[in-house]
Amino acid sequence: MQTKTSINIDNQRILMGNEALGRGIVEAGVTLAASYPGTPASEILASAVTYAKETGAELYAEWSVNEKVAFEVALANSMCGRRSAVSMKQVGLNVASDPFMRAAYLGVKGGLVVVVADDPGPHSSQTEQDSRFFAMFAKVPVLDPSSPREAKDMVAQALELSERFELPVMVRPTTRVCHARQNVPCGTPVRLDRPAKFDKDPRRWCATPVFVLELHRGLNDKLDKIAGVPEFAPQLTAGDGSYPGACIIASGVAYAHTGDWLEELGLLGRVDFYQVTMPYPLNRDFIHTVQTRYDKILVIEETYPVIELQLADARVQGRTSGLVPRAGELTPDVIRPVLETFLELPARVVPAPPGGGDRPTLCAGCAHRAAFYGIKTAFPAGIFPSDIGCYTLGLNLGAVDTCHCMGAGISQAAGFYRAYAAGGGEFPTIVATIGDSTFFHAGVPALVNAVFHRARFILVILDNATTAMTGHQPTPQVGFTATGEHGHPVFIPDLVRACGAGFLREADPYDLPAFIDLLKSADAYCRSPEGGVAVVIAKHPCLLDKEACKAQPAYDMGITEDCTGCLQCLEDFECPALSLDETDGRVVIDEGRCVGCGVCVHVCPEGAITANTEGRP
Amino acid sequence: MKQQIIVSGLGGQGALTLTRLLAEAAAALGLPVITSETHGMAQRGGTVISMIKVGPFRGPLIPAGEADRGLFLHPKNLAVHRFYLRDGAAVFVNAALPGDYRSVDARSLAAAHGLPAVAANLILLGYAAGQGGVFAGPDLLVEMIAAKTPERFREASLRAFQAGLAAAA
Ligand code: SF4
Ligand code: SF4
Repeated sequence: MQTKTSINIDNQRILMGNEALGRGIVEAGVTLAASYPGTPASEILASAVTYAKETGAELYAEWSVNEKVAFEVALANSMCGRRSAVSMKQVGLNVASDPFMRAAYLGVKGGLVVVVADDPGPHSSQTEQDSRFFAMFAKVPVLDPSSPREAKDMVAQALELSERFELPVMVRPTTRVCHARQNVPCGTPVRLDRPAKFDKDPRRWCATPVFVLELHRGLNDKLDKIAGVPEFAPQLTAGDGSYPGACIIASGVAYAHTGDWLEELGLLGRVDFYQVTMPYPLNRDFIHTVQTRYDKILVIEETYPVIELQLADARVQGRTSGLVPRAGELTPDVIRPVLETFLELPARVVPAPPGGGDRPTLCAGCAHRAAFYGIKTAFPAGIFPSDIGCYTLGLNLGAVDTCHCMGAGISQAAGFYRAYAAGGGEFPTIVATIGDSTFFHAGVPALVNAVFHRARFILVILDNATTAMTGHQPTPQVGFTATGEHGHPVFIPDLVRACGAGFLREADPYDLPAFIDLLKSADAYCRSPEGGVAVVIAKHPCLLDKEACKAQPAYDMGITEDCTGCLQCLEDFECPALSLDETDGRVVIDEGRCVGCGVCVHVCPEGAITANTEGRP
Repeated sequence: MKQQIIVSGLGGQGALTLTRLLAEAAAALGLPVITSETHGMAQRGGTVISMIKVGPFRGPLIPAGEADRGLFLHPKNLAVHRFYLRDGAAVFVNAALPGDYRSVDARSLAAAHGLPAVAANLILLGYAAGQGGVFAGPDLLVEMIAAKTPERFREASLRAFQAGLAAAA
């Protein structure tokens, strides 16, 4: 099983945290990596593919349809004795929680690293949940890197630990690690020649309840041992006695920011300062040391009190005591006053952030904007459950009323219908929107359920042929896999038909009047005696696909004297290429941003927006 | 050597490109560097900020009032992100109108040179480098752009940088 080297690459590179994680996966001899994209984890898998190609390392990689599937695919590779990696964002672990929880009991053979990226803040997520807490809940060890460099090293450490104790190990970076860039030493991938070897063991791999209890006991024993492994004990930067009985304990990027402050304040090496690299299970001796050696203890961690809870000591100051804010990211500006209070330092006067800034919006010419405008226009009093993706930005257009979790829009539409239909009276038109990738991820079971139970609503699948929000990963319909090979494409219309929907049409929302007519006929179907779920596939490629953008006609747009400054095009349509010219009260088109899609022509009630069909000069 | 730089812009304006180039330049000088970037939803035209910390730092974020340099790709971002700058920090802004900062009308310059609007980012960098505003000199940055830019954008990127450099003279 020892290492044969392939190409020798031994240098420092500037890597983003997610690239470092991808590099770490390849260098550690992982042979299968699976993922579903989601900020801040999206770039990990693609980086692994890049580095595997570059180094000639053997790696099968896939964008799975969702995180649960990704986890199970990786798990089976590990059950065959091969190293495996699965990566996702924190809420992805909610989806994968079922296999994750049981994998702790049943364990693994080849190392299995579960990279779960948290998003304290949150910046790009529906919660700021702490996956270390999830690891503790599942009884899975978790490593907490403070920088891209550490993140890369921890992948290999996690895999070794995973193999040594035969259980999955989590690496939990946060946004500020994933999206930090740093000079990172890159090494040579190890090549483990391990052909697949699955040892049948039904008492383990299909453990029935009688065996589960025994497996649970075994898991507890493993965790007790891991809590004693010295390599994963917290690292101490010892103080010089200036602060007797006091210590600061930190993990993740909060450790890095705390360290920078201590250095700047000249306090590094004056107060005992611990970095916890494995927050769960917390090292047993460390817990004892903290409880006996210190009486003034500060814990700084993101985002929930995982270390604090394991210290189980009422003297601890942190998230629970309220010294550290109980919600939100621990930026340097949040940490500084905490240190000032704890170490009794004078307060630093800083300018307060004024806030403000531009909210994100759909791109100029994005077909989602046209679809949302059409939906809102066709059904001004409708209810619009939606989903997770770029198209969540449809809320700026008043055509997204809910955004809950992957696939929820369809089930919520069914629930809204039930709620209104319960009285037996009129129900409002309900239009659910979901992106193509999200439909594959979690929309299919929801659609089957809604069709079977005769819910009545319109489902608009916004098919832009990509997973746009997270950086354009291909969907199963597109036909390309994560490694750029041809997959066996699965077509959305086939799926919709197979789900039993009785109404299915495809249309390009750019043709707004026709799209609105189509929505109205979909509504008529929903309300007809034999009606049910009407599915409309709004098909138009994402314009960040440069080829697609070039392939569509670009009109030469203009605004005539007829513009009354009513602002309908700005307020209800919000194309970022349109803005108000304060000097004459009329709207102007920013040539630099306008892609000449021509959709806004249909929006202006005065007919003041013109599209020269000859195209741009 | 320690220098903390913020790059503030709107999603799609190329703040990430500048961040990456500056990080590579630091590495080429043998200096430790750590940066932070905005990804995800805010990249869709929202306000974004990158931070570049050159020197022996551990964390990627710059505290309020500590940045030594500010590169602003849009003047309206000054109101949002200026609080990160320390007193006396050098501020470079892509702006048509002058203000209490060093400005270059990168957008008009891009148009005048037949470059796309997004090239304004490298014009601003060229301008800042020409004014001696960043830790890396113009020659090194040119080298980085040539080495790190994909072939199809390389020539335009270099021209944009040179246009900014010329405007600084
Ligand atoms: S262009 Fe039309 S919609 Fe926009 S402000 Fe002028 S009149 Fe109103
Ligand atoms: S044509 Fe109208 S809707 Fe399309 S990008 Fe230009 S301004 Fe926006």
